[in-house]
Amino acid sequence: MIVMTKDTMDIVREQDVVPFRNRVREFGTRIGMSLVNQTKLITAASELVRNMLKYANGGKVILEVISHNAKTGIRLTFSDQGPGIPDIAQAMRDGFSTGRSLGLGLPGAKRLVNEFDLKSTPGEGTTVTVIHWKHGR
Amino acid sequence: MNTTAQVLEKNKDRILEKWMQNQMADPSLREDLMTNDELQHQSKEMLDGLLRAISKGNYDNIYETEFEQVTDTLRDISITRARQGFSPRETGSFVLSLKQALIEVLVEQRQNDTSTLYQEIMLLNTMLDNLSIVTFETFIKGREEVILRQTDEISEISTPVIRVWDGILALPIIGTLDSARTQIVMENLLQEIVNTGSNIAILDISGVPAVDSLVAQHLIKTVSATRLMGAECIISGIRAEIAQTIVHLGIDLSNIKTKATLASALQLAFSMTNLEVRRIDRNKTNKLLR
Amino acid sequence: MERIPILKMGPFLLVTIQIDLYDRLALTLENDLINMVSQTGARGVLIDISAVSIVDSFMGRILGNIASMSRIMDAETVVVGMQPAVAITLVELGLTLQGVHTALNVEKGMELLNNKLGDNLEPDDEEEEDQDDRND
Repeated sequence: MIVMTKDTMDIVREQDVVPFRNRVREFGTRIGMSLVNQTKLITAASELVRNMLKYANGGKVILEVISHNAKTGIRLTFSDQGPGIPDIAQAMRDGFSTGRSLGLGLPGAKRLVNEFDLKSTPGEGTTVTVIHWKHGR
Repeated sequence: MNTTAQVLEKNKDRILEKWMQNQMADPSLREDLMTNDELQHQSKEMLDGLLRAISKGNYDNIYETEFEQVTDTLRDISITRARQGFSPRETGSFVLSLKQALIEVLVEQRQNDTSTLYQEIMLLNTMLDNLSIVTFETFIKGREEVILRQTDEISEISTPVIRVWDGILALPIIGTLDSARTQIVMENLLQEIVNTGSNIAILDISGVPAVDSLVAQHLIKTVSATRLMGAECIISGIRAEIAQTIVHLGIDLSNIKTKATLASALQLAFSMTNLEVRRIDRNKTNKLLR
Repeated sequence: MERIPILKMGPFLLVTIQIDLYDRLALTLENDLINMVSQTGARGVLIDISAVSIVDSFMGRILGNIASMSRIMDAETVVVGMQPAVAITLVELGLTLQGVHTALNVEKGMELLNNKLGDNLEPDDEEEEDQDDRND
């Protein structure tokens, strides 16, 4: 896997979300990702960034354009130093939420992207990595 | 004593000549796809780059910056050939015949120093082997791109959206409905709904060989997305065996309007848009006219 | 603070969302809209999202809330002009906005609201299902 472009953004306030989404869109447009795939990726990113703000008071996102096996895509890595997720299986279930929400954030985001990886240590923080390929597969 | 790079640089013209000879002698040379001038030009560019790269003394790591131009040229040539329909052998022989030319020239120049010659040939061998790996990698990548593009084209062709009436669209699905296909079906259908301002879409699955729970899920997704846009979706072409599997698998389609044939779906669409199709009794009209 | 303008057109309220919403703005809109419904006694709410490129679960919830709250106050909600990419994404996300009516554009949305209003005045059973309010 080769990283072609890399950028880091700090997300600490709600207002940071809109510029962040625009940055993801910029990356998507640059590699020629179709509108539907861009929308899926940005929506997933939006869910993950909201979780970060809500449960961990913000964090950091790394945006990368990657190339692997003749495929080009975007990788986003969301990391925070929040309370962490004690039960990942439960958090990945549709309709489960500890906050007041629909509980679609994590499982929904997973359905929207090609690759999804969640690592969390209670008390230390959470890292979510998602990859979406240019052609959505 | 002269370094390998210097020896080769001094005999550049001779190498190019030999290389061209080797390439021309190859019976598989595609004169139909490329002119000799073009070949000469590509070869010269490649050789210049290579000699420049090794003049820095690096013979083994082709991923260093001084080799960038060489690998770029090689990738360009390989990908162009892949797209033009060259075979792997024809593409690979470009680099491999260069190896032969280089070695032939070195043998001529180092007649009385076999141990140096041996070292040099070993080095050149590894370097050119690496370069041929680059060639094949790029060649395959080029072919894969062609395949991907064709797959996209096939999917595009196989999902036509037909405007059957003002405000009514029909989409006959032929073949298996996997998730990539569903994506394209949805995109085409929804875009056409926007373009035509249609209220009703008929999804005809007569041409879908089998409906399992995954296919059903794809259909349900398409219907939901259509509804979100503000249009209604009817699924038609449900054959007996499809109805049976749907019930056996416990798939719930009760929220979706389904019809056995495209004709009955069209009829439903008419009644939903307050349209009526009637038979005109010609005898009556004729009598009235008389 | 930024606010999304709400227009009154006869018995209906019209909102056109022209920018990508962040959460607080969406919550303010929900609040303003519900207050407007109660003040004006509006019978229908029309939300035009044709310029919105991203609807995530939060935004989807706000739309659902607006519909449910308005319905309690006897006003129907129609979301119009959803972009294809947004519709596909919402379905994949698992959000089908039940209880929210949809239409292709503002004109068709108005037509739908007018029909609904007509239905309520002289009840007859037109086939209109989605009466199931979602419970958050």
